[in-house]
Amino acid sequence: MVLVYTESEGGKFKKIALEAVSYAKGVADMMGTSVTALSINGGDTSELGTYGATKVLEVSNDSLNNFNAESYADALTQAAKKENAKVLVLTASANSKFMAPLIAVNLNAGYVPNVTSLPTSATPFVVKHSVFSSKAFSSTEITTDIKVIGLAKNAYGLKEDVTNANAESFSPELNGNTSTIVVSVDKATDKVTIADAEIVVSAGRGLKGPENWGMVEELAEILGAATACSKPVSDMGWRPHGEHVGQTGKPVASNLYIAIGISGAIQHLAGINSSKIKVVINTDAEAPFFKAADYGIVGDAFEVIPQLNEKLKIFKAQNG
Amino acid sequence: MKILVCISHVPDTTSKINFTDGDTKFDTNGVQFVINPNDEFGLTRAMWFKEKQGATVHVVNVGGPETEPTLRKALAIGADEAIRVNTPATDGFSVAKQLTAVVNEGGYDLVIGGRESIDYNGGMVPGMLAKLTGANFVNTCISLEIDGNNATAIREIDGGKETLSTSLPLVVGGQKGLVEESDLRIPNMRGIMQARSKPLTVKDPVDASLETQTLAFEKPAPKGAVKLVDNVDDLISLLHNEAKAI
Ligand SMILES: Cc1cc2nc3c(=O)[nH]c(=O)nc-3n(C[C@H](O)[C@H](O)[C@H](O)COP(=O)(O)OP(=O)(O)OC[C@H]3O[C@@H](n4cnc5c(N)ncnc54)[C@H](O)[C@@H]3O)c2cc1C
Ligand SMILES: Nc1ncnc2c1ncn2[C@@H]1O[C@H](COP(=O)(O)O)[C@@H](O)[C@H]1O
Repeated sequence: MVLVYTESEGGKFKKIALEAVSYAKGVADMMGTSVTALSINGGDTSELGTYGATKVLEVSNDSLNNFNAESYADALTQAAKKENAKVLVLTASANSKFMAPLIAVNLNAGYVPNVTSLPTSATPFVVKHSVFSSKAFSSTEITTDIKVIGLAKNAYGLKEDVTNANAESFSPELNGNTSTIVVSVDKATDKVTIADAEIVVSAGRGLKGPENWGMVEELAEILGAATACSKPVSDMGWRPHGEHVGQTGKPVASNLYIAIGISGAIQHLAGINSSKIKVVINTDAEAPFFKAADYGIVGDAFEVIPQLNEKLKIFKAQNG
Repeated sequence: MKILVCISHVPDTTSKINFTDGDTKFDTNGVQFVINPNDEFGLTRAMWFKEKQGATVHVVNVGGPETEPTLRKALAIGADEAIRVNTPATDGFSVAKQLTAVVNEGGYDLVIGGRESIDYNGGMVPGMLAKLTGANFVNTCISLEIDGNNATAIREIDGGKETLSTSLPLVVGGQKGLVEESDLRIPNMRGIMQARSKPLTVKDPVDASLETQTLAFEKPAPKGAVKLVDNVDDLISLLHNEAKAI
């Protein structure tokens, strides 16, 4: 059996959760078995059936409203044991990455994160995952009885495979770590996060100063995108630290990455290698970013972006 | 307070990534190795605890003799002692088991590691170490204050941050934010001289099974040349019709 953890927010499953279910179904098919999903205070479980989960363990427990790595790891560990799971699929979210190593120890399981495709073989169990900040892939065999996989974002996609998901309520014993408690959460709920975004609009030192970010935010708003920046921009305090992407910042695995006034230093590119389509807008035709990009405009951001915003508004009005 | 900083020895961020031995090994030819950037932020925060709160700071690496210059650099930055567990670091779980033996023996109150190593991007050693030693754990930690036995940590979450109250013994997976970029220290001559006479203990590894095994590496297929356009209409049309990205 393949167990998949399905993350939700505000009572709705996240897209990465549905992607994880699709992936788990692919793995289960290879192994000739089925998919069970675990949902903690989650959404409408029938949605999980759409992507191939035949069973859903539903945990509903107010003490789990705030993420707590220990308790969540306990819940997943117990579910894996109860269901006799051979493979556990997690995602690349901050919370998944937090608890994955704890679960791996609980289950004495080998754990491989950043997995980009279905196993290349089920016996032996071999997965391909990105390493060196997506500058390379590694094929790794997991030799333990139970395997924990962290699925990279946007790598597998959504694959519908409609079944009837049987929901079953599940109450794990939370011997719980009470020594770590959440004091406060500071999160802009009205903004798309870099982790969830399909499109990321990012700008660098070429923008000259924080006062010029209005047009970048406008572009992001038109596209429903998250905003990001290069490292010097956050180091100088022009933008919040959480927006810094790159090797030492956040990784971006969006469908579309638009880089404005960013030179394309190797450390920056290391963070965006897994984005699918990259667009560059830069005055300098020699900027290294053009070598890594799919589309580019050699031009001044202060001219190009306002034009792009106007034209995109018209485009959006016509194309919905 | 006794602090252990876990130091991963990684290729410098500008390194070219190549493989040898039939694509089974990372090619270290011409590669400069450094302290993993995430660990450098943690080490610098540890120096702060040493200077302001009188902590002792040890650094540890699981690896072969080639990692010693990296440990010496950590000593030059100000760590008091270094430990090297003499075994190649192959998979994260086994590294965590080696570190568990070091932590249990040394009785550390606080262990600072990095969110991930920038080479294999495992992001697993600190969490596993916490679980194996029974310590509390905070990942993607961007701020850490210790007061007696209590700790207040801020961790980065998707789209924001979260403040946690926890207690020692504690393991953190740290990153930029633990200290600022401008707080990072370049070892000075005095530090480098002192580092030469600080203890660097080589320990034999404990028995640890491997849970994973790397079979081969490959590089992504080279990508096609960039398509340059000179107006935003063409860009929008390509993104819509060709790339199907908007
Ligand atoms: C250990 C280490 C880790 C690092 N980690 C990261 C990381 O994680 N992320 C990261 O981003 N960087 C990282 N860096 C820094 C990296 O090397 C670069 O310095 C940085 O990415 C450059 O940022 P930038 O492109 O915004 O600025 P610059 O390199 O200054 O580039 C600005 C660009 O804007 C263009 N420009 C100027 N005016 C305009 C205009 N009007 N319109 C359009 N374009 C314009 C210029 O042609 C230029 O290409 C790291 C460095 C080190 C040493
Ligand atoms: N070989 C090692 N020796 C000591 N510490 C390590 C080693 N490998 C990883 N670490 C620590 O664990 C963190 C996360 O590494 P990883 O799980 O490999 O991504 C690193 O930032 C280090 O702090």
